[in-house]
Amino acid sequence: MGVEQKLGNLGVVTYRLEDVVNWGRTNAMWPILFGLACCAIEMMSTQAANYDLSRFGMELNRPSPRQSDLMIVAGRVSRKMAPVIRRLYDQMPYPKWVIAMGDCASCGGVFNNYAIVQGVDEIIPVDVYVSGCPPRPEALIDGIMTLHEKIRNDKLTDWA
Amino acid sequence: MGLLIPQASDTIQELSVEELRAKVGTGMEIVDAEEHMLLSMGPQHPSTHGVLRLLVELDGETVVNLAPDIGFLHTGIEKTMENKRYVKALVATDRMDYLTPMSNNLVYTMAVEKLLGVEVTPRAKTLRLILAELSRLASHLVWLGTSALDLAAMSVFLYCFREREYILDIFEMVSGQRMMVSYIRPGGLWRDVPEEFVPAVRKLLDFMPAKIADYEALLTHNPIFEMRTQGVGTISSEDAIAWGLTGPSLRASGVDWDLRRDQPYLDYASYDFKVPVETAGDVYARYLVRIQEMRECLRLIRQGLDRLKPGPVNIDDHKIVPPPRAELGQSMEAVIHHFKLWTEGFSAPEGFVYQAIESPRGEIGCYLRGNGTNKPARVHFRGPSFVNLASLPLMSKNRFIADVVAIIGSIDIVLGEIDR
Repeated sequence: MGVEQKLGNLGVVTYRLEDVVNWGRTNAMWPILFGLACCAIEMMSTQAANYDLSRFGMELNRPSPRQSDLMIVAGRVSRKMAPVIRRLYDQMPYPKWVIAMGDCASCGGVFNNYAIVQGVDEIIPVDVYVSGCPPRPEALIDGIMTLHEKIRNDKLTDWA
Repeated sequence: MGLLIPQASDTIQELSVEELRAKVGTGMEIVDAEEHMLLSMGPQHPSTHGVLRLLVELDGETVVNLAPDIGFLHTGIEKTMENKRYVKALVATDRMDYLTPMSNNLVYTMAVEKLLGVEVTPRAKTLRLILAELSRLASHLVWLGTSALDLAAMSVFLYCFREREYILDIFEMVSGQRMMVSYIRPGGLWRDVPEEFVPAVRKLLDFMPAKIADYEALLTHNPIFEMRTQGVGTISSEDAIAWGLTGPSLRASGVDWDLRRDQPYLDYASYDFKVPVETAGDVYARYLVRIQEMRECLRLIRQGLDRLKPGPVNIDDHKIVPPPRAELGQSMEAVIHHFKLWTEGFSAPEGFVYQAIESPRGEIGCYLRGNGTNKPARVHFRGPSFVNLASLPLMSKNRFIADVVAIIGSIDIVLGEIDR
């Protein structure tokens, strides 16, 4: 890795605490294991062999909201499901982020009708919107990178 | 429209049996609310294959009673389709059973064509068959990966998705989309397949048998897998028929019924393929049937490719299919047809049709009623997942709660199609 040469007397690195914390947060993000519709299949593709989400330290999906810090809302949110999503979001500990994956989660998509909530941002705050129906795995990865970018600029005081 | 949001501070209350019955709201009969434990599994649960909620009454670890609670993904697809023109309504079918969009496209398109009284060209029929079988293969790969994942076999999931990506690449090549293809359209196909299509599918046929053998090597004689699946979730052939099971779940109970052979559509009657049947009726038998079906898919695709002859993929009726782009610059008639089709669409006569095909999950049927206008008056789907799910309580009774996970995986449900 090239770090070995820095050992010995040079074993101390000075850095801003905020940057170290944010770096840690971006590289060990645990998404909640939770899919809604078609996008969930693309999310599974993203985690599978070809796209390999574990490159970003995200291969570990937690089925419990208590252990996760990222919610990927993958699919259309029906009015029956909306309270459940809100409950799950409330159960996640801070700091937490939300990616609205796909058109349905972002704005209702093709389903502008009685059954579908017109965007999950009506019930929970969203950090990154990923367009597509469903988004390709590359698009989801791009959304995750965008979120990482956002987190790197976070202030620790924002979450205090 | 306002939403009812429960607060995070909701506390668990002491409820009487009557209050409990009113609250669970699934109509399930609770045998003994005093002694038994009521467990709500889902809608967010790693092994319910979507947003399915199960209400389980448990005596220790044994399931006494179980009721599925559905509707968490209700999308209003059938109602949406009534408000769209015949071709535009097609996109909603993709999003119904999202593991096999080609089958949904096919059943809806065939229903529209039946209503219009249209017969598609031979090349379109062969291509539709090849794509439907590719879609079946992709769907079975997802089923195999996820149901093995439920039984804690992680590597199968990774292998299956690797091969599925190849099939999705083929779909993207023909339609421009990986999943929501909307490729099979009334009157034929969106457009002809590109010339790379046939070599790409042939390559799949070359490497796929070895991959299926790999999956079998991982699972078929794996003692853990056998112990988790053999004798679990058994359903007899009488019960399977009585509960309306279709597809691989029915054939695993010893009922030899496949719409591709018994009510032939496209050109299935002239193809040489076997319908795998098992008699045990348990999770393992359903696994064996699907694995064999994957091999039969490959045989069908191979025969389809051999028969593929050059020719038009769309019917020569520009009242239904738009004229080719190249004609627009030369023919006034083509411009008018184009304009009429994209502003108004075609109108279907009054009447109703029912068209059923064999999707990877079983019989998917489309009931379509036309009223002489350019929009369907009523579209209704007979979803195989919806009907197959109804037999889950029967299969899970007196089994352990851990077996329920294996059984849900084995009946291969897609919540998008159950809730619609």
